[in-house]
Amino acid sequence: MRHILRRRDIVVDPWRYLGEEVATGDPVIVPLTELRADRERWWSWTGRLGVRLKPADDVRDLAADLRRLDLVAVEFPNPGDGRGYSQARLLRERLRFRGELRAMGNGVRQDQAFLLARCGFDSLETGPGVDLEAVRDALTRYDVAYQPGAPQVELRRQRFFA
Amino acid sequence: MYRYDELDQALVDQRVAEFRDQVRRHLAGELSEDEFRPLRLRNGLYIQRHAPMLRIAIPYGLLSARQLRALAAIARRYDRGYGHFTTRQNLQLNWPALAEVPEILAELAAVQMHAIQTSGNCVRNVTADHLAGIAPDEVDDPRPYCELIRQWATLHPEFTYLPRKFKIAVTGSAEDRAASEVHDIGLQLRRGAQGETGFTVRVGGGLGRAPAIGQVVREWLPLPELFAYLEAILRIYNLYGRRDNIHKARIKVLLKSLGLERFRAEVEAEWQAARSGAPRLTPAEVERVRGYFRPQPYEALEDCDPSAGSEVAFKAWYRYNTRAHRVPGYRAVFVSLKAHGAVPGDMTSAQMEGVAALAERVSFGLIRSTHTQNLLLADVPQRALYEVWRELAALGLAMPNVGTLTDMIACPGLDFCSLANAGTIAVAQQIQRRFDDLDYLYDLGEIEIKMSGCMNACGHHHVGHIGILGVDKHGEEWYQISLGGSANGSTALGEVIGPSVAQHEVAATLERIVETYRDLREDGERFIDTVRRIGLTPFRERAYAAHPAAA
Repeated sequence: MRHILRRRDIVVDPWRYLGEEVATGDPVIVPLTELRADRERWWSWTGRLGVRLKPADDVRDLAADLRRLDLVAVEFPNPGDGRGYSQARLLRERLRFRGELRAMGNGVRQDQAFLLARCGFDSLETGPGVDLEAVRDALTRYDVAYQPGAPQVELRRQRFFA
Repeated sequence: MYRYDELDQALVDQRVAEFRDQVRRHLAGELSEDEFRPLRLRNGLYIQRHAPMLRIAIPYGLLSARQLRALAAIARRYDRGYGHFTTRQNLQLNWPALAEVPEILAELAAVQMHAIQTSGNCVRNVTADHLAGIAPDEVDDPRPYCELIRQWATLHPEFTYLPRKFKIAVTGSAEDRAASEVHDIGLQLRRGAQGETGFTVRVGGGLGRAPAIGQVVREWLPLPELFAYLEAILRIYNLYGRRDNIHKARIKVLLKSLGLERFRAEVEAEWQAARSGAPRLTPAEVERVRGYFRPQPYEALEDCDPSAGSEVAFKAWYRYNTRAHRVPGYRAVFVSLKAHGAVPGDMTSAQMEGVAALAERVSFGLIRSTHTQNLLLADVPQRALYEVWRELAALGLAMPNVGTLTDMIACPGLDFCSLANAGTIAVAQQIQRRFDDLDYLYDLGEIEIKMSGCMNACGHHHVGHIGILGVDKHGEEWYQISLGGSANGSTALGEVIGPSVAQHEVAATLERIVETYRDLREDGERFIDTVRRIGLTPFRERAYAAHPAAA
């Protein structure tokens, strides 16, 4: 059983990745390449559908598909690879994606949590061995910021507005 | 100068608390060195050759006397009683203990300072012309825009994990004293037809391996669009900049690989598409910040010639270490950190305290650091100059060599830095000894020497009239010499004159180079102009003449 942080709650992950044990109708997350390769199968999937993006994937290619998607998982292979932050803002602000936006991978740790949430991620799936309570606590390290950001983080004060 | 409001203060206080916890976790073994490194770097903390090195931000080089005193106290208490001013106008402490760094940060926060984003792959300290606000040739004071950019870049949710470091400079004058053309983004302030403020935006300048001069991506950017445009550039860079090779990860490489036209098209398209989500720069906010940079309450004075009838040493100092001021009766005064026998850019706690006291008495309590590793008292009444000179001389800070060959830029080099291939301090002191005769220095006139201990070019060697680059040759320290570089106005990258020379040969080689200049210069011609006129060959021939065997 995999636990993730969704908003401020540590919950059992209801989603399965393609390759894990998946029964028909389960909520499933498939890689973008797979979604493209077998579009017919996934579009007729009876359960909820999510896509998993690699850092180099261009999220703007997803524009036409987002309606069908309940979740987008953005991979952070390590904490230093920051492409996912831009992917998240593009998904939220440009493509108006309103489903669940998940940050996943080894790069998702407590010290990145605040910025991830500010870019619009509402669930965080860490690599193994990460204390999810510490990740949750990190979401309130700051109650002020200069830039506008996603509603996933509540701020007491902010300087600039969109 | 800018003063923190409650938001600014809360943010640095919360950053201190965050970093304190990160250090605690690292020391408790919960964060490995690999995990801790990107976190400490984003707070200016390197692990160097002997000890950690902490780089403290001095945004656009502006300090209050109170802040300089706090730096002096911190250097005394947590370090060895001195600090090193850098080419990004920051201050480095070379010997703090890791466990004490959170305390240092807390003391900095108490005087509205921090070390946020002074290293790491993020937007670094924004730099500006050290004569901002007082230069006679200025279009507009760049510092309010630097402060706004500082705030926008601080803990930016999207741009804190970039492919590589990212440097921004703003200049408001025709003479580019901020070296803005060798920055990832260089902003040049301009006035539009209706007197409105805007910028020419250059992208892709930078030193290091593969140095490059910034290219104009947008000729005119109206001020209200500043953040939106910066975000467009940063987003294109964050998404497409290379992450597979640290040496090809700067934005200059992306710009080169896309080509200027395509890069510009990408940025412009992103800007148009993202404008509505970008932070707005409202007139009220611009005015709020501008309000902190109003001209000082100057007295109505008349220009005088304070050097008339005075002693020769004062006259020399006046000529070389002071600069014209926009307001009659005032001068800008350099505090030279280039005394012969000293380490370029180094300053003791006692000297910092002395300068802080002096600034309070004669320069509205403000001090500036310059990218040439000196300090500046920007607003000194001319009638106080003699007294200022005496006091600076007593502090060992009145070496009348600003703008001359021994006013050289040097990174800390192999003595401190774990990236360096070769030492810089010994070479700087060798040059100081060789060129210790002031009359000879004055005869040589304006010459900029810039020296780096490795390819990373913290000492800006590519844009020195004379550049010196330390290289490792089979475990020995050798030095490559280049000529013809320049960073202000007509930016140019220097050209290597030939094989590198052994450490003990550097000053002698420089002497042969400047002697060539003395022989071949035309009346009143500066060194850099002679190099440009006659090319490298005559210098190359003389430089190696005595040592044809130099390998």
